Amino acid sequence: MVKTLWDEHIEVLPREILSKIQLNRLRKVLARAYHNLPYYRRKLEEQNIDIYNITSLADLERLPFTTKDDLRQAYPFGAIAEPMHNIVRIHSSSGTTGSATVVGYTSQDIEIWSQLMARTLAGCGVTQEDVIQVAFGYGLFTGGLGVHYGAEKLKATVVPMSVGNTLRQIQILRDFGISVLCCTPSFALYLAEVARENHVDWSQTRLRLGIFGAEPWSEEMRTEIEKKLPIKAFDIYGLSEVIGPGVAFECEFHNGLHISEDHFFPEIIDPRTGKVLGEGEFGELVFTTLTKEGTPVIRYRTGDLSALFYEPCRCGRTLVRMQRVASRTDDMLIVRGVNVYPSQIESVILSFDGVEPYYQIVLTRENYSDKLEVQVEVSPRFFSDEIKVLEKLKKQMEDKLKAELNVSCEVKLLEPKSIIRSEGKAKRVIDLRKKEGVS
Amino acid sequence: MKQISVFLENKPGSLYAVLQKLKEQAINLRALSLADTAEFGVLRFIVEEPEKTAEYLQKSGFTATVTEVLTVGVEDRPGGLCEVVEILTQSGMSIEYLYAFVAPQGRHAYVVLRVEDPDKAKRFLNEHRIPILEELTL
Repeated sequence: MVKTLWDEHIEVLPREILSKIQLNRLRKVLARAYHNLPYYRRKLEEQNIDIYNITSLADLERLPFTTKDDLRQAYPFGAIAEPMHNIVRIHSSSGTTGSATVVGYTSQDIEIWSQLMARTLAGCGVTQEDVIQVAFGYGLFTGGLGVHYGAEKLKATVVPMSVGNTLRQIQILRDFGISVLCCTPSFALYLAEVARENHVDWSQTRLRLGIFGAEPWSEEMRTEIEKKLPIKAFDIYGLSEVIGPGVAFECEFHNGLHISEDHFFPEIIDPRTGKVLGEGEFGELVFTTLTKEGTPVIRYRTGDLSALFYEPCRCGRTLVRMQRVASRTDDMLIVRGVNVYPSQIESVILSFDGVEPYYQIVLTRENYSDKLEVQVEVSPRFFSDEIKVLEKLKKQMEDKLKAELNVSCEVKLLEPKSIIRSEGKAKRVIDLRKKEGVS
Repeated sequence: MKQISVFLENKPGSLYAVLQKLKEQAINLRALSLADTAEFGVLRFIVEEPEKTAEYLQKSGFTATVTEVLTVGVEDRPGGLCEVVEILTQSGMSIEYLYAFVAPQGRHAYVVLRVEDPDKAKRFLNEHRIPILEELTL
């Protein structure tokens, strides 16, 4: 038996049995959506779809998608499928890119979520002996409370720090013998930097694991974090519209993230046509919740780009693996007509030794043409007293970026600490182009 | 001799920020040069306690490093520098950068030189009896 299994019967289930469970649950959730979610019922009726004709998992692709906009329009409680007296908790996603979406949880939802989060943490190697510092935000954001309940379910010791106050986070980390740090990858880097400035001796701490999520990050970023903190870094995935953290997690083989498919049915679609793509094909992740009572979603378009792999993992789990999410459909930048993802830029920058993992992408428009500027900080490790060495490095970065992105850009070298450090989700793109003709 | 180099962005106040830090610690600049491109600059200077000063600047958030440079005594008369450069040229050495300062007393000027192979340059200069300053005792 794999020692990091939490649900030893589910995580290694033969796929044909798993599919039967999924289909059973799908039928129930479709009935629930049809009867209790007016916005989804409208979609079904508009397309003349009878949910009772959905008799296989493959039939799912005939059903309409749910989009973030649908959930926004249902604000505040239109996406909740239960009478409010059955709802024990409400979370809401921040309205940074539009108005907020609201999700409700029944007590069964909270129980399942806690179990899934315990499964997630266990899969990353957390045990009852661990002391977990939860530095995700507590509140309407699902990160803090989601991890919190899972960690308690696992019977680990939880230190609910929430976000911010980095010096205090470091003090608690040292004084409380924290062994697991849970936060965004950008906060982990910031914490490492502040710790270094304060001469923290990591050998005097018990820190061993880092569990990071809530923003896209690259493999190079993992290498960077593992260099700066005495940890193995694990990626976890989740989103409030589906449940929160606890949707998928990495095992010790870091070979993609295992999706808890007994509760969430994943699909990959072509974001332009909506057509379902095959195994290994790269596209937009879509989830159908199979057991959610409070806010079930059918074919919810996440905006996250990934691919699915069904071959069993070396860890023994049969749960499908999703490729780590490094970019989203909506963080794609169009620069002089070319699609550019910030994650591509991150990979190139971090492939240069000595370059700090802080960067910013600034887009401007000059003479009717887009200008892409990538700002990086000059650390002592790659600084040279010779101008020509610095210029050569800048040129090398520009060349490599151009080769990767197919669009030219300018690298600007900045003094250390010029780029604002983030204690939550990092803001890496500053688009100063005038939005012309876009409402 | 050891020189400190500091990375500066090309923006108002960046030189001032470094100089202010040095002033706070009562560190006297003995020689300096500021090289610039359109976007950034490198401030190079000589002080009495280079290691300590560099560490202090790093702690204050600057990218500062210590580099080994050659400081060569040049006679303070027409053609003085030309003779030194001639020796290096004849031995096939190229100079990355140089800057000069004049000693308060005496008839020497000093030239701070950055070459690719300082040891080799030292040998040639020694052969020609050109004085090389190892410590800052002006």
